[in-house]
Amino acid sequence: MIPASFEYHRPQSLNEAVALLAELGEEARPLGGGHSLIPMMKLRLATPAHLVDLAAIGALKGIAVEGGDIVIGAMTTQHEIAGSDLLAAQIPILRETALLIADPQVRYVGTIGGNVANGDPGNDMPAVMLCLGATYHLVGKGGERRVPAREFYRGAYVTALNPGEILTAVRIPAPPAGHGAAYEKLKRKIGDYATAAAAVLLTLRGGNVASCSIGLTNVADTPLWAEAAANILVGSSLDTATVKRAVAAAEAITSPAADTRGPVQYRTKMAGVMLARSLARARQRARNA
Amino acid sequence: MPSTKTRVSMTVNGDAVEALVEPRRLLVHLLRDDLNLTGVHVGCDTTHCGACTVDLDGKSIKSCTMFAVQASGAEVRTIEGMAAADGALHALQEGFREMHGLQCGFCTPGMILRAYRLLQENKSPTEAEIRFGISGNLCRCTGYQNIVKAIQYAAAKLNGVPFQEAAE
Repeated sequence: MIPASFEYHRPQSLNEAVALLAELGEEARPLGGGHSLIPMMKLRLATPAHLVDLAAIGALKGIAVEGGDIVIGAMTTQHEIAGSDLLAAQIPILRETALLIADPQVRYVGTIGGNVANGDPGNDMPAVMLCLGATYHLVGKGGERRVPAREFYRGAYVTALNPGEILTAVRIPAPPAGHGAAYEKLKRKIGDYATAAAAVLLTLRGGNVASCSIGLTNVADTPLWAEAAANILVGSSLDTATVKRAVAAAEAITSPAADTRGPVQYRTKMAGVMLARSLARARQRARNA
Repeated sequence: MPSTKTRVSMTVNGDAVEALVEPRRLLVHLLRDDLNLTGVHVGCDTTHCGACTVDLDGKSIKSCTMFAVQASGAEVRTIEGMAAADGALHALQEGFREMHGLQCGFCTPGMILRAYRLLQENKSPTEAEIRFGISGNLCRCTGYQNIVKAIQYAAAKLNGVPFQEAAE
């Protein structure tokens, strides 16, 4: 499969990239790892006239601590996220999630920025970002603005990103010491999108849930932040009855598509099952922390 | 709209190569059609099967999902660059032969290139680590048993220890 023709640009700086995107207009697309965009181009579902490759821009790479936040450059690959000692120590759910994405070859090239920016409801990192309360750095001609992940997703492939803007980094508040987190993903095979998946971040105080946040993957047009479900759990000991109520609240906000992964009812129930499993594992980890 | 051709240069199997390509030219087509490295296979052409896997700057990548222009400046290795100059097989090639790690052989170049990077990163992988490590490569013949053994054989040889086949 051969993509349509396009012009290739390889800017050396972020300013240059932003200027190029502004000049080239709607016919241009930024290129990260390309592992969403290139398959779409091969199928001619995407036919950009210009690709602005971000690979040469060093400022978009790397993982840094800034105050109480961890900032991950958009061009950081899933492989680098999975291999980061800093992230393994501070936000281990990111390694767990990265290793559930696609396969080794894709993780060497696919980037965190592309994963969260392209708005594919099947991508795994967006729900984790909702769960963690991340903020995205968006840079356009007018400068930088920061948008909470929880306000970023509008619909399938529709986000708060304006034409000409580049998502340059993901900023995550470091979860408190002693937190427990987990990402549970049901998939048919390696490389598949989730039938349903759930991210959980919680803290315990005296055996009860002191704080809780939940994100759900691929059970709606956008990743879901299951705020009501999480609120039900706060103050509880994660007893069976309360977990059941929270699972029902999470299932209630889903609206999955019926596809080859299963009918609507099945995928809804699987979102609940993934949530229950994530809660159990996050609790265990918080206890062991 | 015909696009401007771009000059790309890279090192492939130790040789400096240059080509004038359309930006839309995929790396796999540059390797196969321009450089005649037909050991790089096109299987699914959709980033799933791993038959087109090559080593690029210390990463295993699917060359059907990268434009040649993206690889400009890179160091690339394909199956044609695995054996020594005198023809002696690489430990992985030997392992695949000794352990019957292939039947039709279509997936083998991608498997070997992926296993090459896996063993660079993890000199003594467990069976589970090998299976996870080659999870981006599909084989429709072997059921993977002998591919895993072939990689274990190569790991042992590269580590200078005798290979012991696990009991079935």
